[in-house]
Formats: sequence, C-alpha cells, structure tokens
Amino acid sequence: MKEFDYRRADDVSGAVALLGDDPDARYLGGGTNLVDLMKSGVERPARLVDVRTLPLDRIEPADDGGLRIGATVTNSDLAAHPGIRNRYPALAQAVLAGASGQLRNMATVGGNLLQRTRCGYFTDVSKPCNKRVPGSGCPAVEGEHHNHAVLGASEHCVAVHPSDMGVALTAFDAVVSYETADGAAELPLADLYLPVGETPHRETALPPGALITGVTLPPARVAARSRYRKVRERASYAFAIGSVAAALDVSGGVVREARLAFGAVASRPWRAHTAERVLTGAPATAEYFAAAADAELAAARPLPDNGYKVTLMRNLVVAVLSELAEEAAR
Amino acid sequence: MTTATTGAAAPTRAVGTAHTRVEGRDKVTGAARYAGEIPFADLAHGWLVLSTVARGRVLSVETGPVLDMPGVLTVLHHGNAPRLHTDYVGMLGVPPDLTAAVFQNDRVPHAGWPVALVVADTSEQAREAAEALVVTYEREPHDVAFSAGHPDAYPADGHMPALTEKGDLEAELAASAHVVDEEYTTPEEHHGMMEPHAATARWDGGRLEVVDSNQGTTWVVDELARMFSLDASAVRVRSEHVGGGFGSKGVRAHQVSAVMAATVLQRPVRVVLTRRQMFSLTGYRSPTTQRIRLGADPDGRLRALDHRSLNQTSTVWEFVEPSAGVARIMYDADAHRTENRVVRLDVPSPTWMRAPGEAPGSFAVEAALDELAEKCGIDPMELRLRNEPDGGPVSGLPFSSRNLAACFREGARRFGWADRDPRPGVRREGRWLLGTGTAAASFPAGAMPSTAAVTAEPDGTFTVRISAADIGTGARTALTLVAADALRVPVERVRTRIGDSDFGPAMIAGGSMGTRSWAWAVTAAAGELRERLVPGGTVPPEGITVRSDTTAALAALAQKERHSFGAQFAEVAVDVTTGEVRVRRMLGIFAAGRIVNPLTARNQLVGGMTWGISMALHEEAVRDRASGGLYGADLAGYHVASHADVPAIEADWVDDPDPDDPVGIKGIGEVGIVGAAAAVANAVWHATGVRHRNLPIRPDRVLEAGGPRV
Repeated sequence: MKEFDYRRADDVSGAVALLGDDPDARYLGGGTNLVDLMKSGVERPARLVDVRTLPLDRIEPADDGGLRIGATVTNSDLAAHPGIRNRYPALAQAVLAGASGQLRNMATVGGNLLQRTRCGYFTDVSKPCNKRVPGSGCPAVEGEHHNHAVLGASEHCVAVHPSDMGVALTAFDAVVSYETADGAAELPLADLYLPVGETPHRETALPPGALITGVTLPPARVAARSRYRKVRERASYAFAIGSVAAALDVSGGVVREARLAFGAVASRPWRAHTAERVLTGAPATAEYFAAAADAELAAARPLPDNGYKVTLMRNLVVAVLSELAEEAAR
Repeated sequence: MTTATTGAAAPTRAVGTAHTRVEGRDKVTGAARYAGEIPFADLAHGWLVLSTVARGRVLSVETGPVLDMPGVLTVLHHGNAPRLHTDYVGMLGVPPDLTAAVFQNDRVPHAGWPVALVVADTSEQAREAAEALVVTYEREPHDVAFSAGHPDAYPADGHMPALTEKGDLEAELAASAHVVDEEYTTPEEHHGMMEPHAATARWDGGRLEVVDSNQGTTWVVDELARMFSLDASAVRVRSEHVGGGFGSKGVRAHQVSAVMAATVLQRPVRVVLTRRQMFSLTGYRSPTTQRIRLGADPDGRLRALDHRSLNQTSTVWEFVEPSAGVARIMYDADAHRTENRVVRLDVPSPTWMRAPGEAPGSFAVEAALDELAEKCGIDPMELRLRNEPDGGPVSGLPFSSRNLAACFREGARRFGWADRDPRPGVRREGRWLLGTGTAAASFPAGAMPSTAAVTAEPDGTFTVRISAADIGTGARTALTLVAADALRVPVERVRTRIGDSDFGPAMIAGGSMGTRSWAWAVTAAAGELRERLVPGGTVPPEGITVRSDTTAALAALAQKERHSFGAQFAEVAVDVTTGEVRVRRMLGIFAAGRIVNPLTARNQLVGGMTWGISMALHEEAVRDRASGGLYGADLAGYHVASHADVPAIEADWVDDPDPDDPVGIKGIGEVGIVGAAAAVANAVWHATGVRHRNLPIRPDRVLEAGGPRV
C-alpha cells in the first residue's frame, strides 16, 4: 500500500491548518467511503487529517428555530434524534434506509455529503472514468448504465450521487457550514454540488481545504409531514435506483406547500422545484401529483437502459404524495 | 495399554439426531485458523498482477523498477517462470483449466488473466509493487458478447453427452393441444464464498507442502503433482477449515504461483486472492440462454419436450453448464430432445457452481412447465405429478428411489397449496400483489472412491482420518456421527481429522457426493475395526488402525438412476409500480436420502434455497463490452440476497434412505437451490400475471413489464 501521513486534529482551526492547501490531503470522518477508495486505489492521499473526534458531534437548536447538526454526528445518532424524528421524519427515514447498522455507527454527516459515486467505472481503476482521470472517457454512456443518471448529466459523466441523507436534507433547504483558513462560511446544500458539464471531476463548490463543520436545517412546518421512500435492487444494504423525499402541507384538499427531492437520478440530490411549483395550490390528488412529476421529469434524458427511472420516479412521487395526502386527510 | 471398549450391544443413534458442529467453538472464538492466517517462519508474500486487456499478447513486463522497490524479492512472469506440464486429465476426468497454469506463454485470453506474481517480504510491499508493475500488451479485438444466436456455438459433452434425442419432435409438437415455446436466460453468477482463495507453499525436506483452502486435498495434490512433474507422494496439501467453496475451490492460480515462487525463492510463499481477483480467476456460473419447447395433450401429458441450452466458456478451457440435462431425469415425452452447446469467448473460464446444470436448467424447465400448466388449465403441481416417469426418460434405467410425489404432497399440505386460487394478478395487499409458485428439484446422488483410517486409541477414544473437506457443510460433524454409530460408541469418544492429503485419497466436497463418499469409507473402516477389537481386549500404545478403500464396493453398484428430489414452494409480494419483489415465505420438502445431522442438513438446504432467492432476484455479474472485464466486480456491485431479502424459509424432508448406501445417504449440498428460482419466478407470475423469463427479476424489468392495475 502507499504510505500516508495520519494526523488527528484537536479543533476545527487546527484541522484546517493541518490539511493546508495540500491537494493530496483528505479529511477523514468515519472512513466508510474514503478507506474503501484507498484500498481500491481510487484515492491515494498523502495525508489524512482525522476530524472524527472534533467537538462537532451535537445536534442543537438553531437561533431561527431550526436544527444545527454537527459534521461528525454519526448517521445512527442523527436518525435516532427526537428532533429529527419528529420535525423532519423523512431525514431520519432516509438515513435508516442507507448502508447497514455498523456503517451508520461509523459514518458521519459531513462525510455523507462528500461521499463519492458508486459508479462501477469510477470504483475500478482498471477502467476509464472522467471523474477519476479527467479526459479518460465515460464508458457508462455506451456501457453499463442501468443505474445511472437521467437528470442533469452530460456526455462526460452519468454517475449518480449515492446519498440518501442528502436527498432529505435537500428537500428541507439545508445549509452547509464550513471552515477555511479564512474563517467560517456557509453555502446552501443546493449549491454545494457543481453541475457535471465538462468537469465531472470537480464535484463541489467548497474552496480548497474547506472542512464541513455542520449542516443547518431551517425551521419548516411542512417537514413534519414528510416521508422518504427508497427503491433498490435488494431489500437492504444497496444504493437506491430511485428515491423520493417528500413533504406535504394540505389544507382543504389543496396543497399549500410541497417539498420534493429525488435520489439516484443525478450527480447530486435533485430538488424538484418544477414539480413543487405545479403542486402549490393544486388539488391534492393523484392526478395532480402525476402532473407535477411529469413536469419535473420532462427534463429527463434517459440512456438506452435507464429509461425505467422516469417511470419509477413518477410512480414514487404519486405513491408517496398520495400517502402523505391521505395522512393529512385523516 | 487399556481396554478396548467399542459397544458390542445395540447400535447408538447419533446419525439422524441434531448435533452442533464439533469445531463450532473453534470457529466462533477465532481459534480455527484459515489458510491465509496460519503463521510460517520466514514467510514471503506474493501478489498477482492481472491483465488489463481482454485479448492479446504480453509484450513486456518491466520488472526493473519494481525489483528496486522495498522488500521485493522477485517477479515471476511468462519469461522466467518454471514450466508446467498441462497435458493431462485430472482426478475429475477433465483437463486442467489453463487459468491455473500461470505464466506459461505470452497469450492473454481474457481480462483479469494472471500475467505476473510479485513476491515481497510483506503483503503490503508485494501489493504496492504489483500495482506499480508496468506490463505492456499488444491488444487484439475481443468478443465477450454472449448471445443465443452466436455463430461460433457448438455442441459439447462435458460430463454428459451433448445431445439426447428420441421421437419425432415436430410431429409431436404439431399434434399437441398446448405448446409452450419460449427462451429463458440466466446471467453470469459468482460463487462469492466468504473466505477468499489463499495458499501457502513451502518445500520441507524434499516434499512440497501447501496449506490451502480447497474442496479436496486429494484433488489439489493430483493437479499440482502433475503440473510440477512430482510424484503425488512428494506433495502434501492441508486444508483444515474452509470458508465456503461452492465448486470454485480446486486448483487455481494462487496455489500454482505460490508453489512456483516457493521453488524459485526456496522459502515459504503465501498468495491470497482479492475479492476482485476472484471474479476473473476462480470460475463462475456461465450465463445461459435456453430455448424450451413443450407440447402436451389437453390433460397435460407431455408429447414433446425440447430443451436447448447454450453457455459461454473461455478460449483456454471448455466448460459445459449442462442445463439441458435436467429433463433427462425429470420428465419424459414421446419426443424428447435435449442439447447442451457452448461458445468460446474472450472471457474467464466458468466452472462448477452449486448445482451446475440443474440450477439454471431447472429455472427454465420448471418455469416452462408453469406456463404449460396455465395453458392446460391444470394446477402446476398436478401437471408435474401427471408427468412422473416410470424410469429414466433417456436412460430407461429404474430409479433407485424417486419420492418427488411425496415431497409435493407433503409440501402442498404444509404450504396450504390446496386453497390456491390459480388466477394471476388478483390478490392485493396495499401496494403489494401477492402470488405463490412451485417447482420441482432434483440432483444426482452419487459416491466416488475414498479411503479412510479409523484408529482405536489406548485411552478408549477413536480417531478418524480422512482427507475430506468441510467447506462449511458440517461434514466433519456428520462423519463423526457416522463413525460413532459404526463403532457403536458415544459421539464424544470420536475425533475426526480431515483436510490432509496424507490421510489418503478421497473424494472432494463436490457434486453433493462428499459426505456420502466419505461416510461409506468411514463406515467400512469403523465396522472392520469394531469387529477386530475383542471386547475386554487391549489396545497397544500406537493404537489399532484399520484402513478402508471403497473402490471395489462402488464398482459393484448396480446401474440405476440415483437422484435426490424436492418440491419448492414460494410466496412473493410484488409492487409493480416500483418493481420491488419480496419473497414472503418459502418451503422446500426434499427426498434426499437419510439425513445424517438434521441441524446442519437444514442449514444446507435453507442455504441452497436462499441461493435460489438470490438467483431469482439479485445475482448478476455484468460484463462490460468495451473492456471485456466485469462492471462492479465486488460484493457491493454484485448483489447477493441480504438478510432482509430472506424470509422465514422452512426446509424439511420425507423419509428416503438410499437402499444401496451403507448409511442410506444421498447428498444434500446442491438440491436446495434447484427449482428455487423457478418457484419464485412462478410466484411472481401468479402475483402479477407477467412472465419473467430473464433472471434476475430486477425492479427495472418488473416495472417495465407492468402488471394489473387493480
């Protein structure tokens, strides 16, 4: 194996200083993705800065009434937190739909957002991949892609973001906090991931050396009636082939507010703004739910073997929103 | 000297009673050592380098820079490796898979072909150097596209004739009231056992010793001795604990390259395969395309049966996945034709994998029968009972026993089959459509020559020595029970030692024949020992040992159709709006000879049925056409059923002792998977009204096929 330098940071500014501007250094959270990538040779960092023991492991009320989630909160703790379960149930469900109990005990919120795609070309160093080796090509477009992107992809990369947690966070307008040598800063999660375009290897808008310190959930009444549904190729321990995080506020049979985000269809958690606009003020019926899904999915550009995802997402949107509407009517 | 005390009175009854694994405590506490973790002094570590092209020639192996890396001892490749002898037919009656005969020439016949072994002081150093090793290739166009219409397909025998044929097929099909004519496909599937292949080789006083993880030390000795031109007595192979085999753990590149390196360096060398390397070096179940034509009278009696199967093999080894063999045993018809064909592609060599032939073949045959039952308007179980043959449909030989009907009747009773509404797509529970399905199972019951030794020790205990392999089956425990009964002593007084070729030749753990073959030898030796011990007599310090060899007894067996049978039942729930399929319950009833240890037997049968769920819904290795390698060749990309996919599975059996076996055993290693995938697929049809003829039944396939909108 390639030798690497391992450092453990005592505080946030110390972690940022330890990493510096070294492009071959990486922050290490739970290691549930990075260590795998190091074993398979996809990542070969010269230095690891372990941030898992930083004092960022709390979930606290934010000043505006929302919740601030520390970057090193584990997936297990996040899913078990009463405030998350009661006020943002789709987030707890999304976290529990991911990985396994053992992995959730190790994995952290910050790491979850920065995990890499599980595209089988990306994870296999014997094959080309524009994300891993810029300019080497994307074999998925002509090759295996039945689980690849239908929204927002380009001919240079059709990989999907693997996170479940991120889909729910996106639906709830989460804001990412990070720290650089210049101090603390914030970025809406919606702006964290860069468009694929011609640079699939450039994945986030974070400045070099930035350390994610937390994620803030703004207060959102609509989130209390929310749900996450994930479809995968086995009942557990698999990444989604399609998922939906949805929240619905219905009054008098009419949608007052809707939140909708898709997983496993794009290089990032996909906020379905177009669908939300169609839903707002519309009757809370399956017909309108389908129309909203269709409006969002009109932008889909499926490849020969992943067109089913368009049908899947449409069906999921209708099913999940219908369940939420029924709940609201009770 | 102590008193000999075998029980002269009534036999004990260890066989047939549940017994936990005799080595269970060692395994759960970690005391049991596996091949890759047994310590050796002065051990060096080898790391295989695999080709990155799918066809071509190695032009150069740039060893210079790598030899300067820390700890690197040598780099073996086709330019410097010892020459091997490969022109032989081995213990299993086939020539060697040349994938194991590493570094003999510059040809690259598939992606992931071994081109070099880097040996270093530590595993980490070897791996780093292996990954740094530059190999240049002359690349040639490759063909990895398996399809039913491939022009290079040809009939091939393998372990059975390629073709059997009787009657006028077209005439009988034309005269049939109901005809099914469909194509079924199964994908490339991998063994995926928990323990990777691992071997350590060393020379010890002029003898080659290999500590390995395999399905038969006799098998590995035989092939290593032939390859390296050694006398078999000059090779010792040990394999005490094995974390799964399923057909994959014979002679592979890891043992051969370890022996080469140990020979060159004259120090012990260990080679362990990575999970990714296993996907191209250790065999797999070939994909199949199978066309089935069935013709039947209005009452469901078969007039015509045509089963043609095609599988892929490599350019360096011919392996036939004999899927068309199923109907040669299971179903007769006036016109009966079965044919196995293969096509050689630029792909890794496939091999035996749990129920080779029967697993994919039963999916096609039993799914087609379900379609025929639908067309005839006959209950699918009843259709099978109406087509029970009197003797072997092809051989004409009598069955030693055929208790399939008993399995179906008992299974139907326990599953609640009689209440089944035959109409598809009419049961709904929330978003789930519900359905049930059934299928028949069979697998050959055989035994192969084996030797065993049983020793009466001076302390009143007994030691059994046999080069059996316990690949997780519980064979070590089963043989202990068998020996205890044959000696008529309590189980606690018997110690069974296995996995050492110095114990003498024996059958491998394979073909569902291991336990039966070994139990025969153990019974023979123990029985003779019991007779030799005089009650109240004395045992000398070295003990009294009796050896057995079953070769003659087996040769004297009458020619019969000898098989295990079973009936599989499954209930599934399908959400056609998302494509999700969940198996809700499964029941398998088997007629599989006398069950030695109900505890581990149930493990094996439930394990086989779980494989069936996995085969039906999950498993699929995807070959990337451009590179010729696999896409997602790891256990994250290659899905096996997770715990959440496996519901309450019940496996049980009917009384079915084999009359010609001294213990009554038939063998249970493989029959559990047979028919299981078909039962699930047939249940999916019953739930949705849609036939899924291509495995696995993935969500996208279910979604695109649709279903009833109730």
